[in-house]
Amino acid sequence: MNHKNTLPKHLRNLLLAACTALPAAGVARPSGQALAFTCAGCHGTDGSSVGPSMPAIAGMDPEVFVDAMQAYREDKRNPSIMNRIAKAYSDEQLEDMGWFFASQRLRVFPQAYDAALAAQGLELHQQYCEKCHENGGLPGDAGTLAGQWIPYLHYTMEDFINGKRQWPRKMKRKVEAAIEAAGDQAIPALVNYYGSQSSTGPTMTTGTTGASGAEEQEQ
Amino acid sequence: MKADMKRRTFLRAAGGAAGGAAALGTLGFPALVLGASRRVVVVGGGVGGCTAAKYLRKLDPSLSVTLIDPEASYTSCFMSNEVLSGERTLESLTFGYDGLRGYGVTVVQDWVVGIDPDQQQVTTQGAQHFDYDACIVSPGVGFKWDAIDGYNEQIANTSIPHAWFAGPQTLLLRQQLQAMPEGGHVIIVAPPNPFKCPPGPYERASQIALYCQHHKPRAKITILDAKDAFSKQGLYMEGWRKLYGYGTDNSMIQWVSAAAGGAVEELDPDTRTLVGLVEDFQGDVVNIIPPQKAGNIAFAADLVDGDWCPVDKRTFESSRHPGIYVLGDASSAAKMPKSAYAANSQAKVAAAAIIARFQDQEPGDPTFVNTCYSVVGEDFGISVAAVYNLDSDTNTIEPIPGSGGVSPANASPEIRKREVSYAHSWFKNVINDMME
Ligand SMILES: Cc1cc2nc3c(=O)[nH]c(=O)nc-3n(C[C@H](O)[C@H](O)[C@H](O)COP(=O)(O)OP(=O)(O)OC[C@H]3O[C@@H](n4cnc5c(N)ncnc54)[C@H](O)[C@@H]3O)c2cc1C
Repeated sequence: MNHKNTLPKHLRNLLLAACTALPAAGVARPSGQALAFTCAGCHGTDGSSVGPSMPAIAGMDPEVFVDAMQAYREDKRNPSIMNRIAKAYSDEQLEDMGWFFASQRLRVFPQAYDAALAAQGLELHQQYCEKCHENGGLPGDAGTLAGQWIPYLHYTMEDFINGKRQWPRKMKRKVEAAIEAAGDQAIPALVNYYGSQSSTGPTMTTGTTGASGAEEQEQ
Repeated sequence: MKADMKRRTFLRAAGGAAGGAAALGTLGFPALVLGASRRVVVVGGGVGGCTAAKYLRKLDPSLSVTLIDPEASYTSCFMSNEVLSGERTLESLTFGYDGLRGYGVTVVQDWVVGIDPDQQQVTTQGAQHFDYDACIVSPGVGFKWDAIDGYNEQIANTSIPHAWFAGPQTLLLRQQLQAMPEGGHVIIVAPPNPFKCPPGPYERASQIALYCQHHKPRAKITILDAKDAFSKQGLYMEGWRKLYGYGTDNSMIQWVSAAAGGAVEELDPDTRTLVGLVEDFQGDVVNIIPPQKAGNIAFAADLVDGDWCPVDKRTFESSRHPGIYVLGDASSAAKMPKSAYAANSQAKVAAAAIIARFQDQEPGDPTFVNTCYSVVGEDFGISVAAVYNLDSDTNTIEPIPGSGGVSPANASPEIRKREVSYAHSWFKNVINDMME
């Protein structure tokens, strides 16, 4: 994997987090850290999820985080518990949380995937997705795909395709083109490719999800 | 007075800044070293205790943290209703403390029998003594054995389990369900508020119904309730209607509210008969979930006021004995429910407050979350969520208006199905955040 572009971004996030983490004197409010700690019961410690239907949010771009939370808050996404939770937070608090997660190192966990589909997915990714989801979908200007949980990615794609989540610019055309090219295999192939990046080699058995099984994703 | 206020404000701002720095993880300031390292003793290796121990060490590796629990591993109550349906094993709910040891927590296997707030010392059954600078107490609930005449601990262990701690009684209840004749009658006695896991008895009825659907399709399940309403009631009833014929003559599940005669006063253990105010109920399998109070050690250590332990909700420090922090089910944490998510959320607030205290800073403003999923049956999950702020004037943890609440009524099958998988992923993540 090529990490050339993500290293400075990671540092930038850290530095920006340092600036925004200083609250104005006298203003009483929970810190970004305190707010973000409450997410861990569902998204894993510091946002590295070990549960396959909950997305990893560590290392996420803060703008992507805030956009997602605002979309939940405004009921623009397929209703889940997140719509109800997001309504509790102000924009400022979402930004504080976003900076916290941006400064966390994403730990990814091995998961079962289909090697043939993943290989097909790599080709589709390069042709249709890499332009926005750079470096195989590592955390960056778009949501985290590389190492993301496969069941979660499936839910996400179902929601896009069923009109329950707003397509980002150009994405609809690109996904339709991938489906045109690969048919029903396109989405499973892409999703397996992204999921495969959390593992050292293909496997069809469920991987361990303990901390010991984690591989830190270098950034 | 004025100068004092200024100092508070200043300290709070400084505390916020330190919290921000710690948030950076890799750039965090090393804790100030003031002589010997500060000692925190944690009583109880459940959700509250484990989470607090882990986060104390994570936020300040200079602390010496000792966690004391009588068991060598933790068996979670959450998801234990799925053992009753046969969807999972008790082993899948059992976790050792090696993850915490990996964070540098010293784990001691023993019962705590006393906490001396003046000497700042914890004493165990094995006559070990542990000095502390701060003590965390998260012992979970105990039972009011005298509430139902004829029921006691020995009967619970051998013939009429409560199974409100996951362990041998969970397996006993499972075996009784398997041995029950086809067309048998299961009775669940649900406790009055407040108690551990408000939706739990109804999830239990649902999971037993799931088992019976496959193995004893003519069985009946009666919930005898000390209350007239319960958590996620509308959603449970929607699920029961869809899955178990609720509301028809042929319903597998019956719910008898207190007003309808569901409150139980007495048990005849030999005939498994429950004496209600209006009529008696006889079951082939009986599960009594007794009324609850804080765990025994909270009484022994003089931490209770009534049944539960009052705390300053900014820090979870006991209002009765400074330096002792009571978390989770044992604490009086209105308006949070007694749940694993709540205990996990409270533990992080207490850990940060203890570290602030050690650094002579004011505690930051707390924030809390609760979420709770229930699996009603095949592909039918439901949830409740709340985000809370502290109202410091009333020392109440208040849900933030306009947020939280339960899953939508009559949601699509796809959403109900997803909530089952969210429930199982939640389980993995909360265990991870607690002890891995
Ligand atoms: C059937 C059921 C289903 C549930 N489902 C959910 C759910 O889906 N979601 C959810 O959020 N919550 C759920 N819960 C609730 C959850 O289990 C509790 O709220 C949670 O465990 C509370 O954490 P705690 O730290 O207060 O206590 P516990 O987790 O009970 O831990 C207490 C620990 O203290 C130890 N201890 C007690 N006394 C002493 C002593 N004297 N010395 C040393 N150690 C001691 C015990 O051994 C135990 O390990 C459920 C509960 C039940 C019964």
